Amino acid sequence: MTLALEIQQLRKTYKNKQGREQVALKGIDLTVEQGDFFALLGPNGAGKSTTIGILCSLVNKTSGQVKVFGVDIDKDFAKAKSYLGVVPQEFNFSQFEKVFDIVMTQAGYYGIPPQLARERTEKYLRRLGLWEQRTKQARMLSGGMKRRMMIARALVHEPKLLVLDEPTAGVDIELRRSMWDYLAELNRQGITIILTTHYLEEAEQLCRRVAIIDHGEIIRNSTTRSLVAQLDKETLILELVHPLKQSPTLEACTVELTDEHTLQISVSRDHTMNKLFQQLTEQGLEVKSIKQKSNRLEELFISLVQQNLVKEEKVT
Amino acid sequence: MKNNVNLIALQTLVTKEIRRFMRIWVQTLIPPAITMILYFVIFGHLVGRRIGIMGGVDYMQYIVPGLIMMSVITNAYSNVVSSFYSGKFQHNIEELLVAPISSWVIITGYVLGGVTRGLLVGAIVTILSLFFTQLHIEHFGITFMILLLTSILFSLGGFINAVYANSFDDISIVPTFVLTPLTYLGGVFYSMDLLPSIWQKISLLNPIVYMINGFRYGILGVSDVRPEIALLVVFLFAMGLLGWAWYLLSKGIGLRS
Repeated sequence: MTLALEIQQLRKTYKNKQGREQVALKGIDLTVEQGDFFALLGPNGAGKSTTIGILCSLVNKTSGQVKVFGVDIDKDFAKAKSYLGVVPQEFNFSQFEKVFDIVMTQAGYYGIPPQLARERTEKYLRRLGLWEQRTKQARMLSGGMKRRMMIARALVHEPKLLVLDEPTAGVDIELRRSMWDYLAELNRQGITIILTTHYLEEAEQLCRRVAIIDHGEIIRNSTTRSLVAQLDKETLILELVHPLKQSPTLEACTVELTDEHTLQISVSRDHTMNKLFQQLTEQGLEVKSIKQKSNRLEELFISLVQQNLVKEEKVT
Repeated sequence: MKNNVNLIALQTLVTKEIRRFMRIWVQTLIPPAITMILYFVIFGHLVGRRIGIMGGVDYMQYIVPGLIMMSVITNAYSNVVSSFYSGKFQHNIEELLVAPISSWVIITGYVLGGVTRGLLVGAIVTILSLFFTQLHIEHFGITFMILLLTSILFSLGGFINAVYANSFDDISIVPTFVLTPLTYLGGVFYSMDLLPSIWQKISLLNPIVYMINGFRYGILGVSDVRPEIALLVVFLFAMGLLGWAWYLLSKGIGLRS
């Protein structure tokens, strides 16, 4: 089966104003299978947006090869671009144009005849809940609506590969959930999706595969499930009924008393909850509520990025 | 298939460009009309009565072709420079860059937008001039060719300026320091015969001299330069700028990092 995306030895070097070179991508290799839901994670400045920029021709690569559905961007960029739909991180539409016109115009740029473009524009604006806003100037929309409009604009030519750069940044929780549902629906319909995100929960919920990029290198590329399975610890936050003056000692756990009513406990995966609660009961601690400190992927992400940082420091 | 995509994309871009300047018609179509009425009244009517004949025709008639050309130049240029630069500023130029279309579609689309506005304003100014003087076109072919090539040339100029521009100040530098002086020194208001011979020779280095005189020849049959030379100069300048614009866009200079 043809791969949706095949990146080989992709390098990008920027020159700053002083003429000094800054390496943004150090020759990355990445493949995304057709129908996949793929997350590209990484801290700010890791190279995520540069990679996406090269894919959609907003950034010129220094070297390497990129193929979209088997089409090399150096040989037939127009064809490769026709397979791609892009939702960028920043708003990139004319603020003074009407919502309908923005989506309709984008369809025209992809060579879709006017009648079909009108039908598709209506279809996607309705699906994304923007049909009532169609005659408004884009600047009049809320942040969430602007983001949804960019998704409608990216879908109007019905791409095979949808690339979203931080799609839910600045979107409220309810809307984020509905966008997740929609992206999952698109993926079920057969569209390959690549997203970059800061919300690691988003990657864990939606994506089958995750690549972590840091300092212009892919430091991990595996299924989300196997990545999460590597976690050997879970951090729980316990709210206590009675105040504590001193942190208790619990077997196979790291315990921190964050305030007199709150305990933060790191538990290893082979330590069952029953054992933990047995110990708490033995020490006379009554627990009012319990919650997970953060999502599991986030912990792994931080640890991987920190390991990479230590490695970088050793090299330099 | 590919040509069909490019053709639809071109129609879309031209429609968008025309919609843009029509939406803000108070800023794009009315000001040149007001400016030109002032020129007709002050220079043509009040001052012109005292000047009498210039280049063998009434002074009012003499300045009308230059003023029409001046408004075509200014509007073709400013349409492309402001539209393309605001596309860069708001990043909506990316809508075009991610699309599967050739560089020539982008250049042609913006140029046709600039040409349309230039010609539309030119037509408005021509209609207004009929309230002040009588015009009949002596050589229709040359008039049309010069008008078309000049508006293409300055649309390309606006495009190149916008590609290099990094701020709104950068898009006013060329019109203020290059375009306006060259237009005023291009013989809109005077015949080159009035200049000392050294300045007549220096004036021949100004491309706008050829546009205004070529156009004046087309309308009045009066010119300081030979019309075929005027056409050739304008054509060569337009081709030069076309090559420059295509090079910038295909290399992504000022657009892609």
